[in-house]
Amino acid sequence: MINDTGIVVAFYILAATTVGCALMVAFVRELVQAVLFLALAFVGVAGIYIVLSADFVAVVQVLIYAGAVAVLMTFAVMLTPAADRKNSETAFWAPAAVLAGLVLVIIVFVSYDTTWKIAYRPEFTATAASLGQALLKPYVVPFEVASVLLMTAMVGAIVLTKEEEGEDA
Amino acid sequence: MMAALLTIITDNWWDIRDLSNLSHEIEKLIGDANGPAWLIYVVSGLLGAIGIVSFVGGVAVINIWVERRVVGRMQSRLGPNRLGPFGLLQPIADAIKLMQKEVLMPRTASGLIFTAAPIMFTVPGILLMAVLPWGRNMTLATLDVGVLFLLAASSLGALAVFMAGYSSDNKYALFGSMRVIAMLVSYEIPIVISLLGVVLFAGTMDLQGIVLFQEKYWAFMVLLQPLAFFIYFISVSAELNRTPADIAEAESEIVGGYHTEYSGMKFGLFYAAELINAVVVSAIISTLFLGGWWAYKLDELVPGWMIYIGKIYGVYFLFVWTRGTLPRFRIDQLLAFAWKWMTPMAILNLVLVAAEVLFWEESGWSAGVLIPAYIVINGALAGVTIFAFMRLLAPKFERFPTTLRFYSTIDVPSLPAKAADAPHAGAQTV
Repeated sequence: MINDTGIVVAFYILAATTVGCALMVAFVRELVQAVLFLALAFVGVAGIYIVLSADFVAVVQVLIYAGAVAVLMTFAVMLTPAADRKNSETAFWAPAAVLAGLVLVIIVFVSYDTTWKIAYRPEFTATAASLGQALLKPYVVPFEVASVLLMTAMVGAIVLTKEEEGEDA
Repeated sequence: MMAALLTIITDNWWDIRDLSNLSHEIEKLIGDANGPAWLIYVVSGLLGAIGIVSFVGGVAVINIWVERRVVGRMQSRLGPNRLGPFGLLQPIADAIKLMQKEVLMPRTASGLIFTAAPIMFTVPGILLMAVLPWGRNMTLATLDVGVLFLLAASSLGALAVFMAGYSSDNKYALFGSMRVIAMLVSYEIPIVISLLGVVLFAGTMDLQGIVLFQEKYWAFMVLLQPLAFFIYFISVSAELNRTPADIAEAESEIVGGYHTEYSGMKFGLFYAAELINAVVVSAIISTLFLGGWWAYKLDELVPGWMIYIGKIYGVYFLFVWTRGTLPRFRIDQLLAFAWKWMTPMAILNLVLVAAEVLFWEESGWSAGVLIPAYIVINGALAGVTIFAFMRLLAPKFERFPTTLRFYSTIDVPSLPAKAADAPHAGAQTV
């Protein structure tokens, strides 16, 4: 059941970790530390998936977001010349704060306005096999379209960075 | 005599053939006392965790000795042999020495990340141990997505290495961590694709399920998937930073790589974690490819977890062997090897396995015919592809090589004739 004490405690710990790390991403001055806190927030979200009995999604979350995406982001940070420099004060904080406040208002409004349905925590079932069946049978076209899109992105990246033939590099 | 001994130890908590008897006993006790149902999970979880952590700790200490002795033997040295019998106390002396050392930290290092990195590097290895099956009833956490969990948890180590290299504020450390990330990006692909072949055959990602598949069809996965084993072994030794591929900490190129600035027990933690990771990867290989705790009829005589530890150390010996005998690759060679060799071979293997599994399901032939046939086909494929890549696709000889090639294709031109020596010889006669 979703109302078990253990589950509730686990949920609050994970939620606090995730939200705290997400806040640190915004507040921390150093870009690399922000990326690391983001990775920790990803792990927290994976924990919340486990609380919801979605073990496959949780593991994939760790594999792709905390593993691959965080590594790619660190790569991007290292290739940014000004990554070492600490974020400085700018005059843009005021409009940014207004914008963030508006987003917060919208989220709070929506979450109060919606009539939430209470979901029951299902038994731990084998989700991986059924997900695979779903991806390769009813949803095979979107799945393949997504992979073609990724393939295009990869080919594009190779074309952009490839040196011209004949030009002595 | 033997039978009497067996009846004494059978099914009691001290029956060492199945260590899960202990938690069964505790479950009974809790049931008798009308304790809450969740208590058994807490207790057996704690017991399993303590068992795994003590195994990991013991391994980290003993393997320092094992590795140094075996490599020493391979290099015609003695290795540590002064302290205790056969030098067995050497690791303890090493640990005491590391603990006494001053822990230095560069003034410009970013403190929190610098301190957290060795800890984060150690955690994934221990986490991975939790899902491995040690016997028929001995898995701490039965995960339906075990293989994915292995990949996910092992990919976290690279982030720790990056943290170490970046926070040290040292250019050699940064080189080391950039190399690690380049290598991870390259070698993750063949690892995943080769494991996919295993998962396709077994039809499950549960590690216990993969072991049971091998038991059911009476064949180690390495027979069915020799190419995947080959690819996984090489790729994983690159990810482990072990010597044929330890470019992330190549002493002769970039001092110590990512742990250049670490000293004392922080360095010790990196060192221990590398040994732990090597053992964990050996355990993964022995689970996926060598049948885990199952070994034909042997597991009826010997406790499964003993067979498992034996297999782990067998695979670990292979790792030490490659470390002791092979020279280090250059970084470009290593990356080219991943992209031009391992990835195409892994994809080829995957396509073949998919076709075989489809044929198995659709044709309705019995496994007794198909499994031996597949063993022959896949073994032949592994031999042919490895030979073909080595002989046919290796590039032509170049005097100043820029691309990957193999020793056998190097056609060393003979030295010029001895004419150059003639004037010298003439001078002596004068």
